[in-house]
Amino acid sequence: MSSWLDYTINGLIVGNVYALVAVGLALIFGVSRLINFAQGSIYLVGAYIGWVAVVRLHTPLPLTIIVVAAAAAMVGLIIERFGLRPLQNSVRIAPLLATIGISFVLDQLVMLTFSPNPRALPSQLPDVRFQLGGGTIGPLDLLIAGVGLTSALLLFVFLRYTKLGWAVRATAQDRDAAMQMGVDVNRVNQAVFGIAAALGGVSGMLVGMYYNQIDTAMSLQATLKGVVAEVVGGAGNVPGAVIGSLLLGLVESYGVAVFGTSYRNLFAFLLLVVVLVLRPSGLFASARQAPPEPLTGTFIAPSRPVRIPRWALLVAAAAFAVLPFFPVSSYVLQTLINAWLLGMLALSLTLVAGTMGQVSLGHAALLAIGAYTSALLSLTLAVPVGLAVIGGGLMSAALGTLLISPSFRLRGHYVSIATLAIGEIVSLVILNWESVTRGPIGISGIPPLSLFGYDLISPFSVYWFSFAVMLVLALLQGRLLGSHLGRSFRAIRDDDIAARAYGLSLNRYKSLAFIFGGFAAGVSGGIAAHLYSYINHETFNTQQSILALTVVILGGLGNVVGAIVGSVALVGLPELFRIAAEYRILIYGIVLLLLVRFRPQGLLGTI
Amino acid sequence: MAEQHAPMLSLRGLTRRFGGLTAVDAIDLDLGKGELVSIIGPNGAGKTTLFNLVTGLDRPDDGAVRFEGQDITGLSPERLAAEGIARTFQLGRVFGNLSVMDNVLIGAHTRLRAVKPTVPVIGPLLELGLALLRPASVRAEEERLREEVKAILARFGERLLPRIDQPAYSLSYANRRRVEIARALALRPRLLLLDEPTAGMNPTETAEMQGLVAELKAEGLTILLIEHKLEMVMRLSDRVIVMDEGKKIAEGPGEEVRGDPKVIEAYLGHGLSGTTEQESAA
Ligand SMILES: Nc1ncnc2c1ncn2[C@@H]1O[C@H](COP(=O)(O)OP(=O)(O)OP(=O)(O)O)[C@@H](O)[C@H]1O
Ligand SMILES: [Mg+2]
Repeated sequence: MSSWLDYTINGLIVGNVYALVAVGLALIFGVSRLINFAQGSIYLVGAYIGWVAVVRLHTPLPLTIIVVAAAAAMVGLIIERFGLRPLQNSVRIAPLLATIGISFVLDQLVMLTFSPNPRALPSQLPDVRFQLGGGTIGPLDLLIAGVGLTSALLLFVFLRYTKLGWAVRATAQDRDAAMQMGVDVNRVNQAVFGIAAALGGVSGMLVGMYYNQIDTAMSLQATLKGVVAEVVGGAGNVPGAVIGSLLLGLVESYGVAVFGTSYRNLFAFLLLVVVLVLRPSGLFASARQAPPEPLTGTFIAPSRPVRIPRWALLVAAAAFAVLPFFPVSSYVLQTLINAWLLGMLALSLTLVAGTMGQVSLGHAALLAIGAYTSALLSLTLAVPVGLAVIGGGLMSAALGTLLISPSFRLRGHYVSIATLAIGEIVSLVILNWESVTRGPIGISGIPPLSLFGYDLISPFSVYWFSFAVMLVLALLQGRLLGSHLGRSFRAIRDDDIAARAYGLSLNRYKSLAFIFGGFAAGVSGGIAAHLYSYINHETFNTQQSILALTVVILGGLGNVVGAIVGSVALVGLPELFRIAAEYRILIYGIVLLLLVRFRPQGLLGTI
Repeated sequence: MAEQHAPMLSLRGLTRRFGGLTAVDAIDLDLGKGELVSIIGPNGAGKTTLFNLVTGLDRPDDGAVRFEGQDITGLSPERLAAEGIARTFQLGRVFGNLSVMDNVLIGAHTRLRAVKPTVPVIGPLLELGLALLRPASVRAEEERLREEVKAILARFGERLLPRIDQPAYSLSYANRRRVEIARALALRPRLLLLDEPTAGMNPTETAEMQGLVAELKAEGLTILLIEHKLEMVMRLSDRVIVMDEGKKIAEGPGEEVRGDPKVIEAYLGHGLSGTTEQESAA
């Protein structure tokens, strides 16, 4: 019995922490219909500023909280001013991509400054526990509860009784009307981003103290948890976000009590997917509402694709095909092999995100499904590697489409959240389903690539193999785009309401796009598994999803040639300039931001 | 009057509420085959919402929609498109990045046969396979539809044909409205719903559009028209229905309705806003 009380207290405390993140997300969504994917990064920044204050500067606790809140608020203001305000009149995909890019840049900056290793963040409070009924409660629990309640009170007073607070509420209710009444929307955005960041930063610090550990993986987790809580409560609904957070905290805590710690996140994401499917406008929304996002306006930047003459493409393909006959180092070949593998993933993502308009942030999960399937088929069932790779592609197509199908009704940001969550679910299942996936140990001794009984081991053969596979996939995709399906996909992307009114079933065509894209990604993952010979649940991670997204934006959304050019550029250029691995991800993030700002149609144009 | 024709569309007690507001309030309406009925009314009267209820983009809280004797209340827009109901949108909803040709081809989507075998369960996979393989039957179908699209575009004179390969976002506003109508025609509709087809058009363009709608009517198409330009309504309509605050306040031949004190009152009460150019939210 007593432990249940402990789990309840723990759930409420953790929920309180989530609430600090979720309330910020809700405020931002309220005024700008934007899900701020950088919220978790601010939380991360808050945790590390807290660490600097406590460990280096030895500030007393109240001062620590003030320093963290102020510094995080500054970061929030900078994001608003330089990251998002310039995009105010852009297409809807732009701010979404921008917050994703900002999040990546911030996380990498923290990682480069503080190293990725976890650090201890001492709580500065006496380590005692008080008996409370059947459970116990510590001073830190009380502090977190206190900060939560105080913030809620301050926020309430701000929104209710100040002029700026009134402007925030007016903007959230009807942005156009508020502007007509003379509300300065920029100031409102500033206020909201500042408050959201301060709350997020303090939340990160408190969590660091609660677990006495901070590390850079916190960021993504916090974004996900905050978004889950916010969506459960109803996007843009501030009290809803608080209740959603407490609910999420309790669900996780009880889930852990019953099934064990490693399932904590699984429950969070399952809750998200269930809510998205059953009540996409949140638990507390009135029964039927106008859709949460504006119905009109293009999602992606209109542009005319750059026409590349067929002969130029043939010449380029031939040049890459004969490249191994020239005296190039195996290092160059290896780099290009990586580019071809990324190219297959980018083909998949450019179809799904570009042609179909479903900005997937969990695309690495498709790699993982393909890789595990192919590895296990060849290892445990002795399926020939060539067939196993195809099996990986098929499994990825089938399973990926099945997993993503609940989100087919969603639009824009919601698709990104759902895919991010589904990606996490896949990696958690891989981690926990030990009887099949061998859990955290991973799979080793995966046989090398082979075709018709011949092992492909030399860099030449692997190069040709991966190049040929990518080329075939690219040609197929080009053919797909030229068919009625290409036009149907693009019609749904441009206006799904009008598309439905003309008989296009969203389920059917989104499924087909994910089946085709899932196959390409699964094949890429399968080949990778046989090249690496060892994979585990972390081999295919969010960084690859973001890299692929950057490639896709760089090449031009939906653009097949662009996906390949983008892959070669983003894999090749860092190698060419010998950029150290830890700076690369930072550079990808910056490239993404610059593209969104200055060339949203990418190098070769949107198709 | 409606009784002369077999009723093609009939609405009974159709109601849609948004919170406290009843946007469509117990509307009854009968539309005979080949008839052209106009719906007029001040801004916010509920005309577009009524269209949404008929085309499945929104579900009524109450009431029923029957189409050719079949109850279609609450069916999905995809199903209704397949039944032969096509519409245009008040604000214009062309597919911005698609060419004029592709936009209109989407209109013919429900008529694709060769590439969309009606096999249960694996139908979609066959569709994917056929799209990639493109056997002769699929190519022939696509070719036939392309020719048909050109014929439809030719109805708009030289407005659209020279721009057939341009993306829709690059077209003028009036041309985008025309593309929408072309897309609707490509469905070969049995019932066509036009939501303010002349909004934002100058007098010449309006006259052109009026001519086209008259042609369609003469060809026997059944049309439900929302239009603010009363001149056009009077010329085209077999009957006019006036809505205000969700309710039907008058129905009858144009001239009769025009003199109805209730109608004048409704328009005056809203500051005659209905007779000027509108671009409010759909
Ligand atoms: N999705 C929605 N959610 C809430 N209210 C809505 C929604 N759609 C329409 N309304 C409201 O319903 C009423 C009727 O709107 P509708 O667009 O049907 O009017 P209309 O007759 O087409 O006007 P107009 O001539 O301006 O196009 C309006 O008051 C509108 O604000
Ligand atoms: Mg309207």
